[in-house]
Amino acid sequence: MRAIVLALAWVGLSVAYAAAPAQEFQLVIRDHKFEPAEIRVPAGKRVSIYVSNEDATPEEFDSPALKVEKVIPGKSKGLVRVGPLDPGRYEFIGEFNADTAKGVVIAE
Amino acid sequence: MLGSLVIVFREAIEAGLIIGIVLAATRGVPSRGAWVGLGIGLGAVGAGIIALFAEAISGAFEGSGQELLNASVLGAAVVMLMWHNAWMARHGREMAAEMAAVGRAVTTGSRPMTALAVVVGLAVLREGAEVVLFLYGIVATGTSGSALLLGGVLGLAAGAAFTGLTYYGLLAIPPRHIFAVTSVLIALLAAGMAAQAVQFLDAAGMINVLGQRLWDSSGIVPQDGILGRMLHTLIGYTDRPTELQLIAYLATLVIMAALTWVATPPRTARATA
Repeated sequence: MRAIVLALAWVGLSVAYAAAPAQEFQLVIRDHKFEPAEIRVPAGKRVSIYVSNEDATPEEFDSPALKVEKVIPGKSKGLVRVGPLDPGRYEFIGEFNADTAKGVVIAE
Repeated sequence: MLGSLVIVFREAIEAGLIIGIVLAATRGVPSRGAWVGLGIGLGAVGAGIIALFAEAISGAFEGSGQELLNASVLGAAVVMLMWHNAWMARHGREMAAEMAAVGRAVTTGSRPMTALAVVVGLAVLREGAEVVLFLYGIVATGTSGSALLLGGVLGLAAGAAFTGLTYYGLLAIPPRHIFAVTSVLIALLAAGMAAQAVQFLDAAGMINVLGQRLWDSSGIVPQDGILGRMLHTLIGYTDRPTELQLIAYLATLVIMAALTWVATPPRTARATA
């Protein structure tokens, strides 16, 4: 019974899913640093940030402000979807190398 | 070393709390140690497998594989917790009576331990995969690896100590209230997981509605602090919840309450006599 309810809920959510076109941004992790360390995105919109990890080790893109926690394995790419954001500064870190991997998303 | 200790401990808190609650909720079940151990073991193996295939998972579903996996794992745990609470609503009263009668030494062995073992396994799996990846990164770079690795192991030990603390803390509750208390804890746990699951679906691009932030209490209790993490696991505390997260949270609590109400056997006349 419960499985059916959950399945129905899932189908409902999938139907509600509308692929809103999101603006795309690029970010590179190199030597445990984000490049660029600052990206400006439009406020009030969905935004896709492609994070390319060029290091051999995995990194975790972590930002409570952006509500994102995502592991990006070494030598691979990850897609981070954020927003819609209110205008402001949203800091993020690479949790596995928090001393050096720091950056900020500025919504305006 | 301290850095890696903190990271691993932070990841271990969530699983640690859940294991502590499960152990307290199953007090008196003869084989619970084996079940919980099995859950931890399988969860750890699963974490290793996920870490191993992190790249493939990450790349799946147009880059949303990780989010969808997290959402599914959380969703499965929510269902298991609902099953457990419904089962407890049906049988809890007899068990409490039985425990009082036999001096809480013997209880029914047919508790839904499978459900709880799965919940423990999923918690270890989710948090463990991050720990494995982090520790792998340390080993792979080879720079002062041993100190960092030691930090990681100590972090895990601290997480285990946390489980003990949770467990013994809950044991202070009188036995006749323990089922009620753990059922409420489990309902809140499930509600928090549901709220997390919908956020992962949002991050995966599966849901694009009700993503507006409701409030920001990160200045008071930041979610990435130790207290914030604990509250996050225990009651689903989120410092910047979206509308959808709050809805998922409340809906889970309502479903839990409804299930409990439906599953509770009607009081017999005997109870009042």
